[in-house]
Amino acid sequence: MPYSDTLDIRITDSSLRDGSHAKGHQFTEDHIRAIVDGLAGAGVPVVEVTHGDGLAGSSYNYGFSAVDERRLMAAAVEAADGRSAIAALMLPGLGTMDDIRACRDIGVSIVRVATHCTEADISRQHFGIARDLGLETVGFLMMAHSQPPDALAAQARIMADAGCQCVYVVDSAGAMILDDAAERVAALVAELGDDAQVGFHGHQNLSLGVANAVLAVRAGATQIDASTRAFGAGSGNPPTEALVAVLDRLGVRTGVDPLRMFDVAEDIVRPVMDGECVLDRMSLIMGYAGVYSSFLRHAYRAAERYDVSGAEILLRCGERKLVGGQEDQIIDIAIELQSERQTT
Amino acid sequence: MTAPLTAAIVGTGNIGTDLLHKLRRSPLLEPRYMIGIDPDSAGLKAAHQMGVETSAGGADWLLDRAERPDVVFEATSAAVHTANAPRYRDAGITAIDLTPAACGPFVVPPVNLTAHVDEPNVNMVTCGGQATIPMVHAVSRVTPVAYAEIVATVASVSAGPGTRANIDEFTRSTSAAVESLGGAERGKAIIILNPAEPPLIMRDTIFCSLQPDADEAAVTTSIEQVVAEVQTYVPGYRLLRPPQFDPEFTPDGRGRVAIFIEVEGAGDFLPPYAGNLDIMTAAAVKVGEEMAGRKAEAR
Repeated sequence: MPYSDTLDIRITDSSLRDGSHAKGHQFTEDHIRAIVDGLAGAGVPVVEVTHGDGLAGSSYNYGFSAVDERRLMAAAVEAADGRSAIAALMLPGLGTMDDIRACRDIGVSIVRVATHCTEADISRQHFGIARDLGLETVGFLMMAHSQPPDALAAQARIMADAGCQCVYVVDSAGAMILDDAAERVAALVAELGDDAQVGFHGHQNLSLGVANAVLAVRAGATQIDASTRAFGAGSGNPPTEALVAVLDRLGVRTGVDPLRMFDVAEDIVRPVMDGECVLDRMSLIMGYAGVYSSFLRHAYRAAERYDVSGAEILLRCGERKLVGGQEDQIIDIAIELQSERQTT
Repeated sequence: MTAPLTAAIVGTGNIGTDLLHKLRRSPLLEPRYMIGIDPDSAGLKAAHQMGVETSAGGADWLLDRAERPDVVFEATSAAVHTANAPRYRDAGITAIDLTPAACGPFVVPPVNLTAHVDEPNVNMVTCGGQATIPMVHAVSRVTPVAYAEIVATVASVSAGPGTRANIDEFTRSTSAAVESLGGAERGKAIIILNPAEPPLIMRDTIFCSLQPDADEAAVTTSIEQVVAEVQTYVPGYRLLRPPQFDPEFTPDGRGRVAIFIEVEGAGDFLPPYAGNLDIMTAAAVKVGEEMAGRKAEAR
């Protein structure tokens, strides 16, 4: 079933949220205005703008924002001028219902509530308040590679029953390989039926972001995340400009103009990035070992501070089965590696 | 010899049941009643087997007793305790509240154990608050802390339905107490649930901002002293690493100290990984015992 009469799927560009990780949370209002204007002009229907770790993410644990995210979201709403909807991410346990209320006041129209993929029941009150406020809702089941399709579908049901209108399979580690994405999306579509849509959010850590997104669409997903120039955590997300070009060639209607997106990626987004999001050793380890993508920058910093191997830190994150949000433990692991070296 | 104070537990979930185990060991508090709302609950059955009088009649049943307890430990939900609190007070029963209702003042033993022993109602903050606020206090008592942030990670299986349904109350209540009891000008609290198997032991990280002239040795000594104090009632409370100092860490040029804690429980009801449960109930019992000791002195 298509997303609407005019769109087969709806694209959400996440470069101003997931890209916040790669930018060290240093976005300014000028960055936001320029990129939102470019994306809206190219026909991107939804643009997500928040601290990388969601509302209230500015912290020691995740990194302080250069500019308060509420100012960034307000700049986005103004720049979009009704052409694109603005979405915000929130993680229960970090953000609160007060942050959701603030979103509504700013003019953000979509709230995306994210939990680890086994903990959907901590999102109930947030979906409830968002719907009461008249906001559109999306649910994020993070680190979805770690659970089999039926378990994931049961968690999606909890979110849908709480008022979530579209549940995303979120490959936070970029660890899914083709059928992994398709089978999980299909399980959610079968479970949710007409009760909620299904979405997919991928990462490039094993270089499969676009391919996984296409398979997700074929399995019935009607909302897909992408980030312009792959601007996201780890080695980034499926590039919006590549994904819309591929979908256009496949005859899938997204409403986004591929040629204009190529220009936005090259001329507007790339200059804002500190560097390209690339497939290097560290991001490959994240995909290979199933590590939350936003740990990348934190692992680099801890490796430098304690003079240990960043790759070893990430491998140990996988061994300890850390979930998204446990950035504090990266420091603990670095100290552990340092002390192990000193005792041998 | 009979204990100076009699106690009731209202709420038969993880917290209530763990409390019962601890109260049975206390020389100062005698658990008389265990009260829930579901006659088939495992907690009520366990209490009955231990010879404690039980009822599924809720607070109504308790207040109808001819012989009322001196102290009630409430481990229900914020909404239930908010409704019950004035009724306990009118009946002359002191309430030690383990929900996030926060009708009365917060108590965290190493910070203010003796400050509110005469209050009709005290609140135990949250598990994350009990584990982290002693550390914020340890830093702020030797140097000003403009901002403190705590990250509490607990095993998924140790977070019951009450915690899950009201996670905002955890973040709000904990951050408020990081300020009012911890002594930070501004506080922030983050809670994370991790489903790893075998379940991980509760971990807490405490970040405090520091003034440029902060005496690092004094901060470390203070932290070690407070860890030892918490260990008197939670033996499995451990400093995992030496405190980590990073000068000029924040954009405004302040440094920070990072403190890494693990809380292993006594394994009374849930297994030892559930240190979050343990530190909450152990702190509540310590507060109850302080009240009992005060009453015994008065006699």
